[in-house]
Amino acid sequence: MRPLPRYRTQSEIDEQTALGGAYVRSLMRSQLRAGLTAFTVLAVVAGTLPLVFAALHSAAVVWAVLGFAAYPPLTLIAWWYVRRAERNERDFARLVEGRPAQ
Amino acid sequence: MSRTYAVVAVAAVVLATVLVGGFGLRISRTTSDFYVASRTVRPRLNAAAISGEYLSAASFLGIAGLVLVHGPDMLWYPVGYTAGYLVLLVFVAAPLRRSGAYTLPDFAEGRLESRQVRRLVSVLVVGAGWLYLVPQLQGAGLTLKILTGAPGWLGDVLVASVVVVAVAAGGMRSITFVQVFQYWLKLTALLVPAIFLVLAWQGDGRPRVTFDEQLSVFRADHPLYATYGLIIATFLGTMGLPHVVVRFYTSPNGRDARRTTVAVLALIGVFYLLPPVYGALGRLYAPELIHGGDADAAVLLLPARVVGGLGGDLLGALIAGGAFAAFLSTASGLTMAVAGVITQDVLPSRGVRHFRLATVLAMCVPLAGSLMVSRVPVADSVGMAFAVSASSFCPLLVLGIWWRRLTPQGAIAGLVLGGGSAFLSVAITVSGAVRPPGWPHTLLAWPAVWSVPVGFLAMVLVSLATPGRIPVGTNAAMTRFHLPEALIPGRHR
Repeated sequence: MRPLPRYRTQSEIDEQTALGGAYVRSLMRSQLRAGLTAFTVLAVVAGTLPLVFAALHSAAVVWAVLGFAAYPPLTLIAWWYVRRAERNERDFARLVEGRPAQ
Repeated sequence: MSRTYAVVAVAAVVLATVLVGGFGLRISRTTSDFYVASRTVRPRLNAAAISGEYLSAASFLGIAGLVLVHGPDMLWYPVGYTAGYLVLLVFVAAPLRRSGAYTLPDFAEGRLESRQVRRLVSVLVVGAGWLYLVPQLQGAGLTLKILTGAPGWLGDVLVASVVVVAVAAGGMRSITFVQVFQYWLKLTALLVPAIFLVLAWQGDGRPRVTFDEQLSVFRADHPLYATYGLIIATFLGTMGLPHVVVRFYTSPNGRDARRTTVAVLALIGVFYLLPPVYGALGRLYAPELIHGGDADAAVLLLPARVVGGLGGDLLGALIAGGAFAAFLSTASGLTMAVAGVITQDVLPSRGVRHFRLATVLAMCVPLAGSLMVSRVPVADSVGMAFAVSASSFCPLLVLGIWWRRLTPQGAIAGLVLGGGSAFLSVAITVSGAVRPPGWPHTLLAWPAVWSVPVGFLAMVLVSLATPGRIPVGTNAAMTRFHLPEALIPGRHR
């Protein structure tokens, strides 16, 4: 979306105009995309792991994966998502305030 | 085992809870202070408070007990309890904070502009809160019985009374400090004994832990289905738990709500490395718990068995203190949330005095329940509360935050069909009307696999069928949920 002169975009959003709505929609889309990316990674891994465990029949593997290995990736995905979401918001603020995107 | 040390430890935790709560009493002056700590709790403090509140009897005692009896597959519980925060983070955390509501019913009414939806959500919040409170109280009863030989009801009543006093006195601000203190207490209370237990195990020549017998212990005749039911319930249910939701309103803004959640993931992840150690060692040193007996007691019994002597007694006392911290913190958070809903939606006028009355009401029902209903393993009954939450609040929050076409009618249909059916399944399972083995029992005991899709589908389909009823303020609500605070005039922090 092309940046508009400063203050105009800001008031568009405040006054709930059609254009303001379009801005909010674009922000929501980028945030939803970030959220869905993180969720899909989680869902695919969590969805296949029980099948893998059932196929392997090894208590040691279940132990290692669920007891230890699962936690760092969960925090890492969260950290990635927060960076991405905050970047989306910064980009959006720049757009609204009419500063050029970096 | 010497009872004196354990009694002293439990008394110290109870006293500290009341005292730290009293510290909050002096500084919580306004109604906003009381309910949401005036929304000034910074991410790191708030993350420790959320974790302190979240790590319940199920985490402290239940996981080790289940691992001991059923083997490492039960480790899906802690993984699910943690992953639930990730799902909450990516879909709900910041918009929920920005919605500016105190409770889930506030959110529902603000988003859908319907008193009817509000009332329905209130009923479900109170129901899910009570479901979750019962095992906390029963865990307390069990702990006190094992440690001191006191009658089983004493622990239930003790925790219920302390929580009512602490919550009614200080509200959310005092709870915040109590929870932060209790997170670190719980972590220490499992970490220090675990180190000694592992050292003693090494001293014994590191005997191998085997899980070969696990097949002999009945859990589910369709284990793969049960695992998926557990994954879905815990991953999606966390976001709707009443005591979790209420915590997000204490963040200063949406960005801090997100950062808080990442810290929570790290803090509870560290904690969950410990219960499996107890489960595995319990298999070696308390094998009689595998068949019959209260496996939830494994964590409490191990220090005396493995270390023994004065050291064992002291470590056992530390664990007892930590266990009480777990019951007290989760029960206070839940009571706070349930009492908040009762104050706003049941009692006639709002205000701090009515809140105190509501606190008593919020605790009476689960206390009665904990004394009358027979014991289900702690982690299992907590899993049922997650299933109800995942089938009702998860669709409401996710669709309410991301989908503009949600209508009050759709929300009601989803809450009734999804949440209602999950609730009913849980009730039937607990009542024992349908017994294992067989698919009917499996489907009812792990309802999330079907009840979550039912909740989402009902909400979407009925909303699409009632396009004329989309609330007028939907666009304004979406703007409020998603716009960073810095861009809204007059809402800079």
